[in-house]
Amino acid sequence: MKMLKKLMCSAIVSAMAASTAAHADISDNEVRIGYLADMSGTYSALAGPGGLEAAKMAIEDFGGKVNGKKITIVSADDQNKPDIGANKVRQWIDVNNVDMVAGMVSSAVTIAVNKVVEAKDKVSLVSGSASSSITNQFCTPNSVHYVYDTYALAHGTGEAVVKEGGDSWFFLTADYAFGHAMEADVTEVVKESGGKIVGGVRHPLATNDFSSFILQAQASGAKIVGLANAGADTTNSLKTAKEFGVVQAGQKIAGLLIFLNDVHSLGLETTQGLQLTTGYYWDRTAETRAWSKRYFDRTGKMPTMVQAGIYSSVTHYLDAIKAKNSDKASDVMAQMRETPINDFFAQNGRIREDGRMVHDMYLAEVKKPSESTGEWDLYKILRTIPADKAFRPLSESKCKLVAGR
Amino acid sequence: MAELLGFPPQVLFGQLLIGLINGSFYALLSLGLAIIFGLLNIINFAHGAQYMLGAFVAWLGLKFLGVNYWVSLILAPVVVAAIGIAIEKTMLRRLYKEDHLYGLLLTFGLALIIEGSFIHFFGVSGQPFSAPELLQGGNNLGFMFLPTYRAWIIVASLIICFGTWYMIERTKLGAYLRAGTENPQLLQAFGINVPLLITLTYGYGVALAAFAGVLAAPIYSVSPVMGSNLLIVVFAVVVIGGMGSIFGAIVTGLLMGLIEGLTKVFYPEASTTVIFLVMIIVLLIRPAGLFGKEA
Repeated sequence: MKMLKKLMCSAIVSAMAASTAAHADISDNEVRIGYLADMSGTYSALAGPGGLEAAKMAIEDFGGKVNGKKITIVSADDQNKPDIGANKVRQWIDVNNVDMVAGMVSSAVTIAVNKVVEAKDKVSLVSGSASSSITNQFCTPNSVHYVYDTYALAHGTGEAVVKEGGDSWFFLTADYAFGHAMEADVTEVVKESGGKIVGGVRHPLATNDFSSFILQAQASGAKIVGLANAGADTTNSLKTAKEFGVVQAGQKIAGLLIFLNDVHSLGLETTQGLQLTTGYYWDRTAETRAWSKRYFDRTGKMPTMVQAGIYSSVTHYLDAIKAKNSDKASDVMAQMRETPINDFFAQNGRIREDGRMVHDMYLAEVKKPSESTGEWDLYKILRTIPADKAFRPLSESKCKLVAGR
Repeated sequence: MAELLGFPPQVLFGQLLIGLINGSFYALLSLGLAIIFGLLNIINFAHGAQYMLGAFVAWLGLKFLGVNYWVSLILAPVVVAAIGIAIEKTMLRRLYKEDHLYGLLLTFGLALIIEGSFIHFFGVSGQPFSAPELLQGGNNLGFMFLPTYRAWIIVASLIICFGTWYMIERTKLGAYLRAGTENPQLLQAFGINVPLLITLTYGYGVALAAFAGVLAAPIYSVSPVMGSNLLIVVFAVVVIGGMGSIFGAIVTGLLMGLIEGLTKVFYPEASTTVIFLVMIIVLLIRPAGLFGKEA
């Protein structure tokens, strides 16, 4: 009997909640954000708990409320597994009434989650993933790809390397969506610039020992060993390459996706001279320094481009809700597209119809130990890659949302 | 002999050597597991965490106390073994009479706690750890460049592995150990302190894991998850070799390193799965493992 009473009560309460949701503009009087990322594995240092902290900073800077309605955040570890990520997000939306999903690292997880978010008509802000297919063949009207993608990395780093004479490549590719996309994008750039691909290996995600692959790269005779992998796979590849004297033997390494934490963890001795493309570096302007300092005070680490992007994207999202006084996906997405992004992270950033946020990217070089003045003084910015050059032009897009497709 | 199986021979030789190096690593780790299982009947799921602890003790020692690599190679196993002994004395000891499952659950739980707390304090990014001067650099063998440190790994693991095997199978101490597992009451009647013997055996198995951890520190990242990545593979090696067979663990470790190395050339996508494939086949044909005795 007691059970029945409870059931009745909850039915009435939820019916009331549903009816208020139909009238109020901010659904159930709360903006709920779900933060999904690899919280403990290979990729957890580049987004992970640090990214959650960045999202919390964005909410706190908003005063914890938007138009008088409370902002709450929940988080989960997707373990880089698409099924776990998609199920978690489905549960968040169905049971917890989550309005927006932020973070998202592994491209395979992101593609699966974006399908759920589109079907349920919510919003996803992808900051961690790399695969350019997220806004190309897998684009959705409910998703923004915020920080960087494989196209930008391939063109930034790939072009720079080929220009300096690195015209034959061997790939170490992580064997899943991101690695494949990265390899395909770089291959295109290398071939366009007149270079050739002499071979490659596809290794499983989170491989422990790279010595065998490095040996194959050495035997290939390629001038450039391209690392189309990320996180611990990249740091392990770089360590092993150093151990086996790849650079001394005359080959060069192109790290295609290197994060600040990778360079910090490997040390400048191993990484010096490495060229990379990044969407953010803490020591670039007064604004980046100011925000990064605040982040550092909370976490004890300087932010990666992903963690900075999470703060910026969550803020942009909350701004849109504030302007529209609504958290309905179509309202928020329209407002976010209309408003240019001008903050410490991006200048004149703009969200295109395919969901790609275009902004300036930077070609950076890792400093020599003698040039570095502190623990986090790791990059020098060589040049800015302007927004319109950094990302895949819409004219080449396969996205169903782009006019004329 | 321009090509061998479609690959230039020097590539293949290089890969075989690399396989042997990784195999000696597997051998060292599975040896510790096999000793603990064979002599104590405990499935030590904390082995990966103890391996990680070894690497971390070396890293912490270097960073905060300036303890160098060579000292760490001795000191870290001793420190981690002491932790292991404390675990054995306070917890594991109570489970010897129970089903295997209890020991497995306890050690698994401990592994999660140890790893979790290290992730909390140090994060998952690897910590840098350099090889000592003496072992840096390498030699060009003609068919490949062999880093000195990798050569050192193979030498150190093989000495420890075969030394341990000799001690257990060929010395008086080893005979006591084996007798202690067969019939502890009888051995006790001869005036041997069997509980102490068992405690020390567990300590030794743990020390082997920590030793492997220190060996691994300069080539793999020193990170809280380094052990859990490796542990499952090492368990597969022990199962293939025959649970508890010490010789089996060593030989299978080397063999699996070679098989994995070859897979990395012919079909790299499967390199993390091939060992489990071998495990399935071996279990189907010889359920007790390659070197195990049928019950």
